[in-house]
Amino acid sequence: MTEMVKAIIDGVEIEVEKGTTILDAARKVNIDIPTLCKHPDVEASAACGICVVKIEGRPNMVRSCCTPLDNGMNVITKDPEIIGVRRTVIELILSNHPNECLTCMRSGHCELQDLASEFGMRETNLPSLVKKKEKDESTKAIVLDPSKCVHCGRCVEVCQNQQNVHALSFLGRGLPTQIAAAGGIDLADSPCIKCGQCSAHCPTGAITEYDETQKVWDMIMENEDHVVVQIAPAVRVAIGEEFGYPIGTNLTGKLYSALRMMGFDKVFDTNFGADLTIMEEGSEFVQRFTKGTAPLPLVTSCCPAWVDLMEKYHPDMIENFSTCKSPHEMVGALTKTYYAEKMGIDPAKIKVVSIMPCTAKKYEISRDDSMSSSGFQDVDVVLTTRELARMIKQAGIKFRDLEEVEADNPLGEYTGAGTIFGYTGGVMTAALRSAYALITNEELPDDVIDFKPIAGLEGVKEAEVEIQGKTVKIAVAHGTGNVEKVMEKVRSARENGEEPPYHFIEVMACRGGCVAGGGQPRVISSDVPRPRGINDEIRMRRAKGLMGEDKDAKLRRSHQNPSISKLYDDYLDAPLSKKSHELLHTHYVARSTYKR
Amino acid sequence: MANSSPNSGTAMAVKKWKKKRGSLIMALHEIQDIKGYVPWEDAQEVAVGMGVPLARIYEVLTFYNYFKLEAPGKAVISVCLGTACHLKGNDEVLKEFEKELGVKEGTSTEDKLFHLQSVRCVGCCGLAPVVVINGKTYGKVTPSNVRSMIEEWQNNFANETDVA
Repeated sequence: MTEMVKAIIDGVEIEVEKGTTILDAARKVNIDIPTLCKHPDVEASAACGICVVKIEGRPNMVRSCCTPLDNGMNVITKDPEIIGVRRTVIELILSNHPNECLTCMRSGHCELQDLASEFGMRETNLPSLVKKKEKDESTKAIVLDPSKCVHCGRCVEVCQNQQNVHALSFLGRGLPTQIAAAGGIDLADSPCIKCGQCSAHCPTGAITEYDETQKVWDMIMENEDHVVVQIAPAVRVAIGEEFGYPIGTNLTGKLYSALRMMGFDKVFDTNFGADLTIMEEGSEFVQRFTKGTAPLPLVTSCCPAWVDLMEKYHPDMIENFSTCKSPHEMVGALTKTYYAEKMGIDPAKIKVVSIMPCTAKKYEISRDDSMSSSGFQDVDVVLTTRELARMIKQAGIKFRDLEEVEADNPLGEYTGAGTIFGYTGGVMTAALRSAYALITNEELPDDVIDFKPIAGLEGVKEAEVEIQGKTVKIAVAHGTGNVEKVMEKVRSARENGEEPPYHFIEVMACRGGCVAGGGQPRVISSDVPRPRGINDEIRMRRAKGLMGEDKDAKLRRSHQNPSISKLYDDYLDAPLSKKSHELLHTHYVARSTYKR
Repeated sequence: MANSSPNSGTAMAVKKWKKKRGSLIMALHEIQDIKGYVPWEDAQEVAVGMGVPLARIYEVLTFYNYFKLEAPGKAVISVCLGTACHLKGNDEVLKEFEKELGVKEGTSTEDKLFHLQSVRCVGCCGLAPVVVINGKTYGKVTPSNVRSMIEEWQNNFANETDVA
């Protein structure tokens, strides 16, 4: 049995597991201790000093984020003296933070601004130590603005330990400490995979997405252009947070409306591309599994941050990688070929904008030649959910009053299998539904369609599925820090000439999958518990939004999508056909982790 | 990626220390002792050889004042700013060096002859204020000595070149 400790916090008796910090224990009894650096995804670093509390009988205040509650402690979390210390800490932080809220991308969603506001910081007596430091926009996906960094360490911790990428680090010490890649080189020349988890965890405007909203407004304004937009699965269950909806509300129909009002000529859905990915990737799997055409396990490739990581850190896995492009790239390629031909539009005049929960997608659209399979760059601009929300607000659209409408044809129809691409385990679930049908010519019964063992937030999830008397072993990993052990297992089996431990592996770079991608909203509202920012509760609530849409869908298997059948009949012929390979598949190369 | 040509000193340091946990700093010290600084390529070689991410190595290299990331000048001038030397006015001596050499503390002259740095206590406070140049200790220094100290080392280097 776990050992418990009993103590008192602000007069409230509490019993918690031994080892629980004062900060976490206090939250259990609804006592909110403010903090800037502590985030549930990272170890306490005791960097900021805002979470100080008093313990009766001790001379000094302690940082509650890294002090475990002990038997008999009498903790005081608030009195005028504690509040005074916290104000001083905030004042010190502000003395080294540019006073640029009005023009800061993070304004309104900033944890530091929120704290300063809560503590009523009106004027400061400290001299400003702010030094303008150069921004790093080299990745064209993520922007580092070290001037706005408060040295909380969340991004470094996430990049190094949660993601195991080790692109970001602290350079120097003391006041001049700076977040940067090793040696102060450009982030684009570092191992950075553009997943944007640093930006998802940054409390201030120091790490943001690379803003391309103006580029899209310019496209919309250009009368000659036929501007097509598509939205990724995870966007529909997160954008609502920007407009005051409860976390996880599915707003697909209103989103389509908003996009039309903004002036896009056609509104497609990446979920269609997800269904198509399943047809291609599912067929790839079936070929490898039943005919041994290429090595197993097959590894999913829809996540561009994961693709980048694999090319840099696991290039020996290239032949295990699905050659399928990601869903929005498929939609982009088909928009400028299939759709253009069908409608008689010059593809040179078509612009494709993808709304993604992701910063790595900004990198993906020009990662190699196969991203221009239509003869033009297949996707012209990627906007994150956050950028789209800003554009909707700029356009003065009253989101909550919008009508719910349908997407356009022929690249807008989707099944429940397409929509679940947005969370960890979803791609695998969707693939198994169709792989089962492809192998057996029968449909997987509805009661086993959900594959419960691979839902949820366990870092690596394993399961076995029986298909025609054969066992399919699957693994699902999310958060790139969890990938290493899965790859190691595969590698060691291969080196020892053993059967592969898995047949099919799904990887998503971000913990929880795309619902918690680096481009998702970072809204601060009373609905979002502290510590602010993405956390497991938000991840699950957004995922449940997608699960709900799948459950309610009339069609829940990608191969049942009528628009997909029509696409193959009219244009592509069959999955893995020559034309499919030209437009929907890509290739990989080993890349060095550092470009210098 | 790391230099493909074996970088003997660095390779040996990596080999010597890689099995011992927590000895990254020792390996980096050895490289700096041999080369006078830790070049980017060598840091990469350490990363690969010792299995430590380069980002972590640079966190260490930039945390400690001791490590140099660029080739220092031939003569390393260490101006002590420990308590005794500081109180006896060595900061004025440092300023004089900066003025005479036209460089900032922590950097090298363009001709790479001199590297100017401040250090914290060299352990001979009785001689304060102290300056150490390439191992030679100068005690009870005043700003007016600075010019002659620089000239002394310029002459040393000139003679070396003549011999060569």
